[in-house]
Amino acid sequence: MPAPLVEARDLWKVYELGDMRVEALRGVTLSIDAGEAVAVMGASGSGKSTFMNLLGCLDQPTRGSLRFAEHEILEASADERAEIRSREIGFVFQSFNLIPRTSAIENVELPLVYAGVSAVEQESRAREALRAVGLAGREHHTPSQLSGGQQQRVAIARALVNRPRLLLADEPTGNLDTRSSQEIMEIFQRLQRESGITLVVVTHERDIATYLDRVITFRDGEVISDLRQTAVRVEASA
Amino acid sequence: MRVLLMTLRAALRALRRNKMRSGLTTLGIVIGVAAVIAMVSIGRGANVAVQQQIASLGTNLLMVIPGATTSGGARSGWGGVSTLTVRDGEAIRSDVPAAEDVTWFKRAIAQVVYGDTNWSTSVQGTTASYSTVRQWPVAKGSFFTQRDDTTANRVAVLGQTVVDNLFGPGEDPIDATIRVKDVPFRVIGVLARKGQTTWGQDQDDVVVMPFGTAERRVLGTEILGSVDMIWVTAASQHDIAAAAEQVTLLLRDRHRIQPGQDDDFTVRDLNEMAQASVSASQVMTRLLLAVASISLLVGGIGIMNILLVSVTERTREIGIRMAVGAKSRHILLQFLVEAITLSFVGGLGGVLLGVSTARLVSTLAGWPTLISPGAVLGSLLFSGAVGVFFGFYPARKAARLDPIAALRYE
Repeated sequence: MPAPLVEARDLWKVYELGDMRVEALRGVTLSIDAGEAVAVMGASGSGKSTFMNLLGCLDQPTRGSLRFAEHEILEASADERAEIRSREIGFVFQSFNLIPRTSAIENVELPLVYAGVSAVEQESRAREALRAVGLAGREHHTPSQLSGGQQQRVAIARALVNRPRLLLADEPTGNLDTRSSQEIMEIFQRLQRESGITLVVVTHERDIATYLDRVITFRDGEVISDLRQTAVRVEASA
Repeated sequence: MRVLLMTLRAALRALRRNKMRSGLTTLGIVIGVAAVIAMVSIGRGANVAVQQQIASLGTNLLMVIPGATTSGGARSGWGGVSTLTVRDGEAIRSDVPAAEDVTWFKRAIAQVVYGDTNWSTSVQGTTASYSTVRQWPVAKGSFFTQRDDTTANRVAVLGQTVVDNLFGPGEDPIDATIRVKDVPFRVIGVLARKGQTTWGQDQDDVVVMPFGTAERRVLGTEILGSVDMIWVTAASQHDIAAAAEQVTLLLRDRHRIQPGQDDDFTVRDLNEMAQASVSASQVMTRLLLAVASISLLVGGIGIMNILLVSVTERTREIGIRMAVGAKSRHILLQFLVEAITLSFVGGLGGVLLGVSTARLVSTLAGWPTLISPGAVLGSLLFSGAVGVFFGFYPARKAARLDPIAALRYE
């Protein structure tokens, strides 16, 4: 049994908006092992996005404990969390979130800039990452010159370029057609198989969840089900 | 260090992406800095010119002219009834202890002929001490002596303008014979070039000859012994005021002016006049500088405004950068670098524009300008500081964004 990569214990997140008190997470306890592929499901307002933000070290928990590898996120400062994001976590968003009017390769190099990698290494690693998602030859296209699926692949290359341990995808196929969605899920499965990266995908689509090993469902800030399943393999598309 | 370099690259790229906007934003700084540099250059140029004119007039000089310049009525100042005489000058020389030396002259406009060329100029009859009192040495030959004056020798010393107009290039005027009102004169010297007075008169357009000679042979005066002006040098700068007072008292006594009556002459301190014009031009420079600084301030506010717009526009980009590992200080630095780049590039453009404006002004208007390296360096540093000052608030705003909110920003 390997040590869990993520371990949440009685994790709370409470927002105070004036007089209103919103309990977005109410005592979540779960752990994710290194190399797992997890789907996080739930209706909007269920707390799944809040959980993602905490997991991605974008936000700070109110109380409880959230361990990411050897880090305790509850105690981490903003700079320490930025450091963890830089070294350990890659993000993929529903709306791609590439920097507009900036070439694909420069978008992919971005995490390396803040990790302090040399310019030469930035370029070679960014090229390598773009090749891994099938975008060799498109290095100098800007986001507007790429299709939605291609943009999302650039975003995946960016998420992976600094070799993180955790890949967090927030509705990665939400803006894509079925064919592109399948391509993206195929890339995820291949990456997981080849590099053993831990994958957490937030989605509300059942058929996307079927491509993953485990489905955690949130409702009203609590985990209501946590099921393991045999993932459906995406046929490698031509 | 590497991150700093990358930040600089990112900032420059962001500015290049909005060339038009960046250009217009820097324009405020460009104009501000250009104004500062042009103003300082013109102001300093004017000061230097005035100081050169003080030196060209001679130091510690007092000028005594006939007639009162302050009173009303029918009295006239310059060139009115000649109330000053050679004897007044001699009295000043012997009775005013604070005076070191004295000269006087009488002048008239006359046609001067050499060979087949002629030139109309100011002919001045004066004493042998003229050259030393006015600190105006000869460039060639010699000045006339006391003896030339008493014996009424027909010798003349020429100003450079007269030489230029009567003689061909390379021709030696010394010992040449010129005719002034049909009287032949031997040229014994040429005065050094002195340039224009503060009021734009060419001082070199002059023929100087012994007083006695001029009076008897050229000027044809009705009242012998009257003079147009007396120059007095004080022994030192501290004696100027005392000398002016002593001269005034002496002349009032000699002219029998009752207490309460106006002087029939005027004593002017040339240093004072020149210094007044220097300080006037300094006040002017300071005023213009203040206006120029306001334009720099407005330019800085323009930068702040554009950066605030830019931070709002690029909120999502800031969120993305934070998500992939940028710390707040990286974001702060990026926007600060953008601000400093804008203002510094504006500063450089302003220096170029200011220097060329100053050059253009000296060429077109003929004003002397002096480009000061201090003003150039100062405005560059100041424009950089404007960038830091006005860039800090927008940059801090960007750095303090919450990554989650920034990522969701539409």
